[in-house]
Amino acid sequence: MSVRRLDPVQPESFAFTKANLAWAKETIQKYPEGKQASAVIPILWRVQEQNDGWVSKPAMEYVADMLGMSFIRVYEVATFYTMFQLSPVGKKAHVQLCGTTPCMLRGAEDLKKVCQRRIHPEPHHVSADGNFSWEEVECLGACVNAPMVLIWSDTYEDLTPESFEKVLDGFANDRPVKPGPQNGRQFSAPEGELTSLTDKSLYSKDRTFQRIEMPPPAPPAAAAPPAAAAPPPVAPPKAPAAAAPPSNAAKPVTAAPETAPAVKSPSPVKTAEAQMALAKAEQKAEATATPEKAPSRVAASKPEEKPVAAKAPVAKSPDGKPELLKKPRSGRGDDLKLIWGVGPKLESMLNTMGVWHFDQIASWGKAEIKWVDERLEGFKGRAERDEWVKQAKKLAKGWRPDNAVGEKPK
Amino acid sequence: MPKLKVDGTEIEVENGTTLLQACEAAGAEVPRFCYHERLSIAGNCRMCLVEVKGMPKPQASCAMSVNDLRPGPNGEAPEVNTRTPLVKKAREGVMEFLLINHPLDCPICDQGGECDLQDQAMAYGIDKNRFAENKRAVEDKYIGPLVKTSMNRCIQCTRCVRFTTEVGGVEELGAIGRGEDMEITSYLERAMTSELQANIIDLCPVGALTSQPYEFKARPWELTKTETIDAMDAVGSNIRVDSRGREVMRILPRTHEDVNEEWISDKTRFVWDGLRTQRLDRPYIREIGKLRAANWKEAFLRVAQKLKGTAPERVGIILGDLVGAEEAFSIKQLADALGIASIDCRQDGTPLGNAGGRAGYLFNSTITGIEEADAILLIGTNPRLEAPVLNARIRKRWLKGNLPVGLVGEKADLTYSYKYLGAGPDSLARLKDFDLSQKQKPMVIIGQGALARPDGAAVLAAAQSLGGVKDGWNGFNILHTAAGRVGALDAGALPGAGGRSTRDILSAAKAGDLDILFLLGADEVELPPQGTCFVVYQGSHGDVGAHRADVILPGAAYTEKSVTYVNTEGRPQMTRRATFPPGEAREDWAILRALSEALGATQPWNSLAELRKAMYEKAPHLARLDQVARADAADLAALAGQGGQMSGDAFASPIGDFYLTNPIARASRIMGECSALRNGARLEAAE
Amino acid sequence: MLADKDRIFTNLYGLHDWGLDGARRRGCWVDVKSFIDKGRDWMINEMKASGLRGRGGAGFPTGLKWSFMPKQVGERPHYLVVNADESEPGTCKDREIMRHDPHLLIEGCLIAGAAMAAHVGYIYVRGEFIRERERLQAAIDQAYEARLIGRNNVHGWDFDLYVHHGAGAYICGEETALLESLEGKKGQPRMKPPFPANVGLYGAPTTINNVESIAVAGTIMRRGAAWFSGIGRPNNVGTKLFCISGHVNKPCNVEEAMGIPFRELIEKHCGGMRGGWDNLLAVIPGGASVPCVPAEQIMDCPMDFDSLRNLKSGLGTAAVIVMDKSTDMIRAIARLAYFYKHESCGQCTPCREGTGWMWRVLMRMAEGRAEKREIDMLLDVTYQIEGHTICALGDAAAWPVQGLIRHFRHVIEERIDQYAANPDHAGAVRLQAAE
Repeated sequence: MSVRRLDPVQPESFAFTKANLAWAKETIQKYPEGKQASAVIPILWRVQEQNDGWVSKPAMEYVADMLGMSFIRVYEVATFYTMFQLSPVGKKAHVQLCGTTPCMLRGAEDLKKVCQRRIHPEPHHVSADGNFSWEEVECLGACVNAPMVLIWSDTYEDLTPESFEKVLDGFANDRPVKPGPQNGRQFSAPEGELTSLTDKSLYSKDRTFQRIEMPPPAPPAAAAPPAAAAPPPVAPPKAPAAAAPPSNAAKPVTAAPETAPAVKSPSPVKTAEAQMALAKAEQKAEATATPEKAPSRVAASKPEEKPVAAKAPVAKSPDGKPELLKKPRSGRGDDLKLIWGVGPKLESMLNTMGVWHFDQIASWGKAEIKWVDERLEGFKGRAERDEWVKQAKKLAKGWRPDNAVGEKPK
Repeated sequence: MPKLKVDGTEIEVENGTTLLQACEAAGAEVPRFCYHERLSIAGNCRMCLVEVKGMPKPQASCAMSVNDLRPGPNGEAPEVNTRTPLVKKAREGVMEFLLINHPLDCPICDQGGECDLQDQAMAYGIDKNRFAENKRAVEDKYIGPLVKTSMNRCIQCTRCVRFTTEVGGVEELGAIGRGEDMEITSYLERAMTSELQANIIDLCPVGALTSQPYEFKARPWELTKTETIDAMDAVGSNIRVDSRGREVMRILPRTHEDVNEEWISDKTRFVWDGLRTQRLDRPYIREIGKLRAANWKEAFLRVAQKLKGTAPERVGIILGDLVGAEEAFSIKQLADALGIASIDCRQDGTPLGNAGGRAGYLFNSTITGIEEADAILLIGTNPRLEAPVLNARIRKRWLKGNLPVGLVGEKADLTYSYKYLGAGPDSLARLKDFDLSQKQKPMVIIGQGALARPDGAAVLAAAQSLGGVKDGWNGFNILHTAAGRVGALDAGALPGAGGRSTRDILSAAKAGDLDILFLLGADEVELPPQGTCFVVYQGSHGDVGAHRADVILPGAAYTEKSVTYVNTEGRPQMTRRATFPPGEAREDWAILRALSEALGATQPWNSLAELRKAMYEKAPHLARLDQVARADAADLAALAGQGGQMSGDAFASPIGDFYLTNPIARASRIMGECSALRNGARLEAAE
Repeated sequence: MLADKDRIFTNLYGLHDWGLDGARRRGCWVDVKSFIDKGRDWMINEMKASGLRGRGGAGFPTGLKWSFMPKQVGERPHYLVVNADESEPGTCKDREIMRHDPHLLIEGCLIAGAAMAAHVGYIYVRGEFIRERERLQAAIDQAYEARLIGRNNVHGWDFDLYVHHGAGAYICGEETALLESLEGKKGQPRMKPPFPANVGLYGAPTTINNVESIAVAGTIMRRGAAWFSGIGRPNNVGTKLFCISGHVNKPCNVEEAMGIPFRELIEKHCGGMRGGWDNLLAVIPGGASVPCVPAEQIMDCPMDFDSLRNLKSGLGTAAVIVMDKSTDMIRAIARLAYFYKHESCGQCTPCREGTGWMWRVLMRMAEGRAEKREIDMLLDVTYQIEGHTICALGDAAAWPVQGLIRHFRHVIEERIDQYAANPDHAGAVRLQAAE
């Protein structure tokens, strides 16, 4: 990415067409009240569509006023997101050529030469006739159909220099070719014959699904994920031939393909292993961030990391539930932060749970502490370790520290 | 209170403390660029990385709360290390990244010598350069006449963006683009409009944002630093005056949590060039309509001659905005000695001090009290212009939420939202929409715009009745604009029995009922035309008063003398002399002392210390520097029923032009430029 | 090989009706009410039991993630956000779901929303997927029309679903950057903690899931967690969409069982390697962010999280980029380095400054215009970036370069030698990435 600047030549003004204005108002409604700034990207995008493919200065100001944002914030957004063009583009086509490695491996550089020859040697320049412009962009998400380009709203995939020229010719003659793969293949399916999804029964009207329930907990294994509503299966399936145990819960068994011997059903060994592994993963995962796009290393490595919420979920005892309140009595809860070890975070957690007053905490027994502890996301064990009940008893009697950071109520 | 171990030392800190603060509390130094105590946490410079035991990656200590740390398996205190090889390597890495695109222009950089990047590179960097590519070049941006940019040096810490947005309350700076091409700029290089904008110069850890007026003027190590008090408004901001020889080179803020935190207004910061121009550097006498240079003896003689033949009732004295408490006390003493009753320190004509005791003219809730307020009603005031730093405090409170603000007076952008309740006094009678009675700590803030008018006393009485005073809370607040006003009121510089107040002095002068008018630094008054009465002007700058004067006694500006200023909340603070007054100009108390001798009413002190001793006898609280002497809220009852009827006229701000409120600011070229820019912008907007 | 009847995305190639009728015929929306009626705990447990690991790259267990949401709804509403900002180079699976099987996604959103007590969901689609966005919106309109979602729908859980989109920023695929973007700001990742499950969209509890993770939820419940967890290998269960691009005979998307060996995947679905197996040079097995793996190591490796991690790489998004011996590895990785330089949000120092530095050094190395000691320096720079940033983009930028140096150091050294021996020669290749 290079430095992005507004075009030196700017139009006088900008205003949405009636239809677009109505659309914009509707779009703003998608977001909660007061959060209308959320709509800035969709609305700027609509601006770009109306404004011949680029975002002008008056348009940014128009959007800022519409959404109650300051100019600089809209300017930041328009320059941060690279799909916003800040200067005019070709009238007939603005070619966004994917140049990232998967496309590069399959010939994107040859396509780039076509752009340089036919349109302009430099990206972001409009061709001499004003009809075309191009830029190299980063991965457009059609890698199995590489190399590819995006022109306006459509992708043109599986290109060769020759077929790309045809695509360009199409725009030049105002007769655009059909978008999608240009070599005749079916979207992202392998060229030629299908290698999967050939089973016609998948698409028959009678296809039904049948739940395969988890096997019952093998003693002495601890916890099996409860499938509460489903009756326990008769017996764990021993071999694939045994097929899935019919379950009455989900649907009547029909001549479903699932009952065929070929269906893979869980072998008890596998499942047990999987559960153990899962339990491990849970332990590891607790403390780690979960960036969606990062490789698995972040979440699933470092076995030496100590499990934080090491306590396995214990069977819930229904009578461990302490007295909870929907609202604090007389509208105002006690300052639970006076309990050492309780910060704003824990306080709000307790409030959410329904604990507002010292006397509530003071009344807890072992079972209640356990019940509460289990629900303290990220703070398990605190209630006991910090002796909340003891502290709360003192506080409930009216004792107060000298100041907010005063001594511990022990 | 969470406990943790920092480099082996176990400490206990408050909930919500960041790791960085905890490390500092434990005595471990943690370098940082983006983190700033008074701004939101960005966590982007990555300089403050520390090692937390049990975590695979080093953690940004500025962003992590001690409450997020987990104790060991047996409840051991979590351990944080700032000196491990991992941390050292991490810091070296970040430092290297910061430097690869940073220009090597320290020799010509104004930040040199006080640059965080320089200092930290010395402390935490490595001594080799491995970067063999070209350095990035970034275009400089125009963001106004006060802040000079040199964007090659920017390390994208975004402190400036956060400051203008959060404290300044104007969304004008931003970071455009992304990645290594991210640039800090204002929208299309427009000038910023905040009155606090220049604080970003101090916040900038490198030389990207420097002071435009101070550009290439001096190096920090050649400056003499004097810690003193600002006089541009009545907040009493703590400042440091950096001078070289006889010249003030720049003014910087000092931290005072209860007053200005660490911000100062642009006027406070850049008024210094006004200290050099339009100075009165010798006495003048008007002869045959023209002022001629004279010596002190001649000038005193002339005043003495004139006074001798005049009845005390036909003499008036008006004190200006920048007069210190000592000077006010001194001239009041002199007036008493000469039997002059017409003396007034309220050159704008407010009724403050007439009734209600000290509580009747103080900002009783105090400035820190703003942070506790649960409602604020502004009457005839625009705090953004009258006290920008105090306004930032209101905004700080407002940002925390649940603070209704109401305004009676001129509509303006105050950087926070408010309910507009009306333009003039009549609105005070119907404030149903803004009920303070249910609030625990409401504040009523009355500006000089509501008081400096004939019905000021009535407005004051009406404001007093609004219920700002609660048990243990005094929410009745006067927001002053003049640095010297509260001190002068405390010193008793008010009309004596049968004496005239400012308004009467001036009308008497106009009507020919006054023979001598003595102006002690008073320039913001409408003076009688030439030839009607004899005007003596004592002050530092050739402004309105000096132009009209028949005798000029050259005094010292606030950076050239030691006086006591009491800020709007009643906090006495003392200035220190940073430079000497120019030429033959003298400190004002000394001028008055010498004059008294010439008048045959020699004052009973020979030194400033003796003067102060006398003053402290009359007003003992002035001796307790930096302590707010609270006033008795019960006294406020005396305000009720004062002043009669209120008029229907709308309140108008006392500040016409923020940048030109006093003789020093009017003499400043920089302030003139800012003023022109703002007025130009206004004109444009009006078109 | 996975049997067709165990495939979830039965309209992956768009051969059938994408609309509601077609989707229903393929099983979508069946039984959804019964799952929702069984309650939040049941749904979350079912997801946990299925062993599904997030399909967005990090492989975090989806059921566990759902369980992080507060048990009770407080003052702040709960939000579901679907991450359809698919832009990891090599990855193009969510695109197929959105345009050919959108109802699976919508169904999953409703289930996930009910499981996490969210009444509102946003699907954040990358800006470039314009037609996909239109298709998804059309499908959502159908679902509203049929009262499958929305207020007072037939499933008994009020749920509004909105499509939002970006405008060209890879970083918005990072979950907190996505939230920032959704709030109308620049997509700059937030610091964690607080995690989105506590403070997410508009400061409210939020869960962000990948499209594929959400879209399989319905089928998992229909067929049982046991069915899903029975496919694949322990801890790496279920089916997965693979995107195979690069130098294979027939690049394609295909749904396969987790843990399918690389060789089988290519042979079965991609028509084999271009030029035969001897021609295989290296593979990037999980999208641009994971290190490449040389031919001999990947050839028979099961394609799943743990096996690839053992090769110091990762399954990531299962975007398999295959490179044959005609590939100039240095240029291929330099192009990725350019990608990361282009997509760095600019917030953290190491990533902002380091990505550009790495790219410039790699450009020179592609020509040979470098010194051998710079290889170690470059490696050191990658370690200075890795783990020192707010989000994982810094790590993702560092790993491909580390992989290159780990496995292809000799290639760089040879190139440098070549250049040094003949400094003027015109054959020195120049990477022409547009700046």
